[in-house]
Amino acid sequence: MRSGRGVRRLLAAHTILVYLFLYAPIAILMVFSFNAARQTAFWQGFTFDWYRRLLDDGLLLRALRNSLEVAAITTAAAVLLGTPAALALARPAFRGKRMTQTLLYLPVIIPEVVLGAALVTFFGAVSLQLSLATVVIAHVVFSVSYVALVVRARLAGLDPALEEAARDLGAGPFETFRRVILPLALPGIVASALLVFTLSIDDYVITSFVAGVGATTLPLLIYSMLKVGVTPEVNAISTLLLAVTIVLITAAHRLLQEKED
Amino acid sequence: MLGISFAQRGIYGGLQPIQHLGEYLHSGAFLANYARSFDGIFLKIAWRSLWMAVATTGLCIVVSFPIAYYLALLAPQRWKGLLLGLVVIPFWTSFLIRTYAWMFILRTEGLLNLVLVGSGILRHPVELLYTQTAVMIGLVYGELPFMILPLYASLEKLDRSLLEAGSDLGANTFQTFRRVTFPLTLPGLAAGVVLVFIPSLGQFVVSDLLGGARSMLLGNLIQNQFAVARNQPFGAALAFELTAAVLLLLLGYAALTRRRGSEDLL
Repeated sequence: MRSGRGVRRLLAAHTILVYLFLYAPIAILMVFSFNAARQTAFWQGFTFDWYRRLLDDGLLLRALRNSLEVAAITTAAAVLLGTPAALALARPAFRGKRMTQTLLYLPVIIPEVVLGAALVTFFGAVSLQLSLATVVIAHVVFSVSYVALVVRARLAGLDPALEEAARDLGAGPFETFRRVILPLALPGIVASALLVFTLSIDDYVITSFVAGVGATTLPLLIYSMLKVGVTPEVNAISTLLLAVTIVLITAAHRLLQEKED
Repeated sequence: MLGISFAQRGIYGGLQPIQHLGEYLHSGAFLANYARSFDGIFLKIAWRSLWMAVATTGLCIVVSFPIAYYLALLAPQRWKGLLLGLVVIPFWTSFLIRTYAWMFILRTEGLLNLVLVGSGILRHPVELLYTQTAVMIGLVYGELPFMILPLYASLEKLDRSLLEAGSDLGANTFQTFRRVTFPLTLPGLAAGVVLVFIPSLGQFVVSDLLGGARSMLLGNLIQNQFAVARNQPFGAALAFELTAAVLLLLLGYAALTRRRGSEDLL
C-alpha cells in the first residue's frame, strides 16, 4: 500500500507510545515488588522479603483460598451452562434468537455497579444470606455470557456441511455432537474456561456487593489494603496475580487463534 | 431491583414495611427515591460522570485510531499476532491492579514526583493523586483496549483494494482516510464507543482510588448507598436510572447497526 513513509513512521511511533502507556505502569509495579525499601520509590536493592511475608499472612491465604474456590466452581458452572447456549446460537435462525443474543450481551456491557446492585437486591428479595455462595452465583451470572460468546465465535467459523456429512454417514444427533461438534468447539470451550477463571479471580466490583461476612476474596482484601495505603506487600500480591492472569490469557489467546492458522 | 427502588428505607437500614399499598401508591411516596435523585447534588454528580465518560471516550478514540490503523494495515505480518496479543492482555487483567499501578506512580511519594523533582522540573512534590486528572488517566488507561480492539477488527476486515483504488484515483493518504477508510470503520467505532462509554459511566474503582472523595461519580454514589449509607431503595433507584440510560444508548446502537447490517459487538 502506498501510505506516505512519514505517516507510516508517525503511526509506528504512536503505536510504541501506546504500548509504553499500557505496560509501563504494570512493569513498574512488578519491578518495585522486589524493592527492599518500604516507603519510598527509591531503589534500595533486590529482595524477596515481601513475597516471603505473604506466605505468613493468614488473612491473605484465606482470601486466596476463597478466590480459588469461587473461580473453580464458577468456571465449571459457567462452561456447563454457557456451552449449550453457544451451540443453540450457532444454529440457523430460530424464534427469539436475536433476543437471546441481546440478553447474553447485556451482562457483558452493562456497568458492573448496576449488575452488583441488581444481584444484591435480588438476593435480598429471595432472602438469601450473603456468603461465598452468593459470590459464586453472581460470578456465574456474568461468566455464562462470556462462555456463550467465545464458544459461539469459535463455532461461527464451522462449515455446516460437516454436521450434514456426519448425519449422512449415519451418525445420530448425539454421536454427531460427541464426535464432530464437541472436538471442534473444544478449543473455544477451554479458552472460555481460562478467561472466565481469570475474570472470576480478578473481579472486585460485583463481588464487593454480594460478598457476605467472611467471604473475603483476594481482590476484596487487596482493595481494603489499598484504601489504607500503598505497601510493598500489595505490589507483591498484585505481581503474582498479574503473572497468573497473563499466563492464562496467553494460553486462551493461543487456543482461539489456532483456528485462523 | 425495580421493585425495591419504589420502597423506603427503614429505620435500621432495612426496608420500611408498607402498611397500605393502595395509599402508598396514591400518595406518590413510591417515587420519592426517583424524585430525590434529581436533587442538585446528585445532578452534579451525574453531570460529572457524564462528561468524564464523554471525555474518556473521546480520548480513547483519538489514541486508538492510529494504533488500530497501524496494527491492522501497516504492521509487519509476523509481528501482528504478538502485537495484538499485547493489546488483549490488559483487556482481561485485573482492573483493580491496573488502577493500583497508577496509584503507585502518581502518589506524592511516588515515582513520577520523584522523577520530576529529581530532574529539577519541580521544586517540591505535588499532589497528583486524588485529582480529576488522575481519574481521567485511570479511565483512559483502563478502557483503551476496549476501543482499540473493535477498531482493529473493522480495519482488518477492510477491503484493501478500496484503499488502493482511492490512491489510484489520485487521493492522498489523508483524503483516502477521510473518504474511504473512516466511513468504513464506523461500525467498529460505534462498538468501541459503546464498550468504553457505558463502563466509564458506571465506574467507581478508578474514581474511588485515584480521585478520592472530591471526584465522586455515579458509580460511587450507587455503591455507597449499598455499602455505606445502607439505603438500598435509593441505590436501586439510581442503578435503575443508570440502566435505563444505558439501555437507551444500546437501543440507539442497535438501530444504527441494523441499518448498516453489521451484527456483532465484540
